[in-house]
Amino acid sequence: MKKYIWPSIKLTLFMVLVLAVLYPALIAAVSKAAPGQGKGKTVAVNGKVVGYENVGQRFTEDKYFNGRPSAVNYNAAGSGGSNKGASNPDYQKTVQERIDTFLAHNPGVKKEDIPAELVTASGSGLDPDLSPAAALIQVKRIAAVRHLSETKLMTLVSDHTERPLMGIAGPSKVKVLKLNLALDTLK
Amino acid sequence: MNSEITGVILTFIITLVIAFPLGKYISKVFHGERTFTDFLNPVERFIYRICGIDPHKEMNWKQHLAALLSINLVWLIYAFFVLLFQSHLPLNPDGNPDMTPDLAFNTAISFLVNCNLQHYSGESGLTYFSQLFVITFLQFVSAATGVAAVAVLFRAFAEKTTEKLGNFFVFFTKTITRILLPLSIIMATILAFNGTPASFDGKDSIVTVQGDSVQVSRGPAAGMIAIKHLGTNGGGWFGANSAHPLENPNYFTNVVEIVSQVILPMALIFAFGFFIRRRKLGYVIFGVMTAGMLTLMIPNLISEISGNPLLGHMGLKDITAMEGKEVRIGVPASAYWQVMTTIISTGSVNSMHDSSMPLSGAMQMLGMMTNCFYGGKGVGLLNYFIFLIIAVFISGLMVGRTPEFMGRKVEAREMKIAAIIALFHPFLVLVGTALSAYFAAHHPQIAWSVQPGAWLNNPSNHGFSEMLYEYTSSSANNGSGFEGLADNNIFWNISTGIVMILGRFIPIIGPVAIAGILAKKKYIPESAGTLQTDTATFGIMTYAVIMIVAALAFFPALTLGPIAEYFQSF
Repeated sequence: MKKYIWPSIKLTLFMVLVLAVLYPALIAAVSKAAPGQGKGKTVAVNGKVVGYENVGQRFTEDKYFNGRPSAVNYNAAGSGGSNKGASNPDYQKTVQERIDTFLAHNPGVKKEDIPAELVTASGSGLDPDLSPAAALIQVKRIAAVRHLSETKLMTLVSDHTERPLMGIAGPSKVKVLKLNLALDTLK
Repeated sequence: MNSEITGVILTFIITLVIAFPLGKYISKVFHGERTFTDFLNPVERFIYRICGIDPHKEMNWKQHLAALLSINLVWLIYAFFVLLFQSHLPLNPDGNPDMTPDLAFNTAISFLVNCNLQHYSGESGLTYFSQLFVITFLQFVSAATGVAAVAVLFRAFAEKTTEKLGNFFVFFTKTITRILLPLSIIMATILAFNGTPASFDGKDSIVTVQGDSVQVSRGPAAGMIAIKHLGTNGGGWFGANSAHPLENPNYFTNVVEIVSQVILPMALIFAFGFFIRRRKLGYVIFGVMTAGMLTLMIPNLISEISGNPLLGHMGLKDITAMEGKEVRIGVPASAYWQVMTTIISTGSVNSMHDSSMPLSGAMQMLGMMTNCFYGGKGVGLLNYFIFLIIAVFISGLMVGRTPEFMGRKVEAREMKIAAIIALFHPFLVLVGTALSAYFAAHHPQIAWSVQPGAWLNNPSNHGFSEMLYEYTSSSANNGSGFEGLADNNIFWNISTGIVMILGRFIPIIGPVAIAGILAKKKYIPESAGTLQTDTATFGIMTYAVIMIVAALAFFPALTLGPIAEYFQSF
């Protein structure tokens, strides 16, 4: 083994230079041309950054479309899911509480119509999206709080719905942050 | 939902369409034939010259292993000390601390062996320096090590009797310059243009629409996420891995990431067929592996798409299993990823496996227990080779002939090695799980920093599954986890560290030794009495051997974990 150690050390030093210095530097340089200059795409209101397009944030007020439950409370300094097993009794209690809370805030919604994603925590804790169904079920509440017509809100949701990739692959979704910012400008 | 199923099927087709020509290319690279990347020749010659490597000096199998182990030893020491002192090194905008010695031990081994088990969270556990100089670096070189090891197998069967099996450093260098680095640059660029951070800026502080002050972790992640998948490494930049919306921003990047982690393991199978000029053998191996993949994939998809019946008991009509999953990815693409990432030893996740349905958990573990359906970079084929040798031996006995593979007699010495390797993986997994289960059950209050009673995030059978999964993942060098487990403490850091390093090098040494020994033997030309190894019949035989040896060894443990959970809860 001895005769291989010295070439190994030299090869290691060279590869560190290529893979840990030049390669990331190249990607960082290329990313300057990308949207967000490689720092993440931000969303600004009146020149003030209020969030990242791809990073979910906490929406719990009744006047906004609420996002999914988060195991890290939407603090993007970290990330993670609940890691609760499907059969865990504590987990079932948590879900039951979320169902009750949702029903209390959304009078008139039938329990059976609640989409599962609204009572289950996401994998990252930073899920920026909702399915169209999970947005639409909140329309009634928001219309009442904001004194807006339900049709107007439904149009807003459908305008913000992103279709599957190339129209054929993957789910439809709505970006909650963009939707809520549009909601704030709605008269 | 239909568009989501379409997405999964398209993903598999795209993978195949890329993997096949890539296999042809890899075969050419290792043969030294002309390829469009020949403009790199002077670069490689420069590398050999400054490193004092003679590229024309061929090695036998023992020299190959000596070179492989030497360079791995250098990396282990280097990685361990960087992690231990990372807070004193540059590029630490978030002010993250040094790793504790046991965590540094675990992490250094984990990335050295292509496992990427993570007992830390990237946002708070590493600096940008260690993310690049340890993690990204090791993700490249550990993948190249696996490919260089399997190249020995290629050479051993390409020629009749030979001891000369090429040069380890040449295989290693070419894998990086001609396969991993170019593909990584393309993929990192795609990710960067889809919103994955790539700059060196630290955490950002923002006030959200509702007025919360939060921070957003960032960093030069795109490059690392590219090689994490291409190298079947799997360790994420962020704690939530590819479930994180910056690590995997949309459905398109999700397709790119899952395709990129499968193409090279698949391409290597085709490359093997091309290289030894027996394409049909390559196709049969591919067929068996695909059959194995489907055996796990179909139940997993069904169990995930059917959802969690317990949500139905609470009165919901929509019982989609969205716990631990992301809306932009959806259930089918998450389920597809769960199986692919476990059979090919990547271990990156786009959903939290701990929260998947019990039977899906069983399929994920079976993927790591068999560990050869496509398999990890290089090592998947090496694992498969062991089962193939066992199948040759058993078939030989069944028809009453001396077992032969590719014109070489398989004799007692090779069989002993194959049997030891095949049983070593269950041994590591089951002993580790038994030990941890013993402490969790009988000494929950023992005076350790984290008491065994506090290890598990879920009670009962699912808690047992968390421990079983952790050792399976360690020994298979997978790296995913049932992440509810409280694993950053001395017991788990040290025990999984030992399991990981044994689970890496023993299964590399064994098959390379067998290949080297067989290559040296006298070549017996094929005759009417030769066992044909490139037929469907022999393929079925190999499949049966894998299922019997690998799956049955683990069946009792699976019964105590996910299977019992399934029958108790649903």
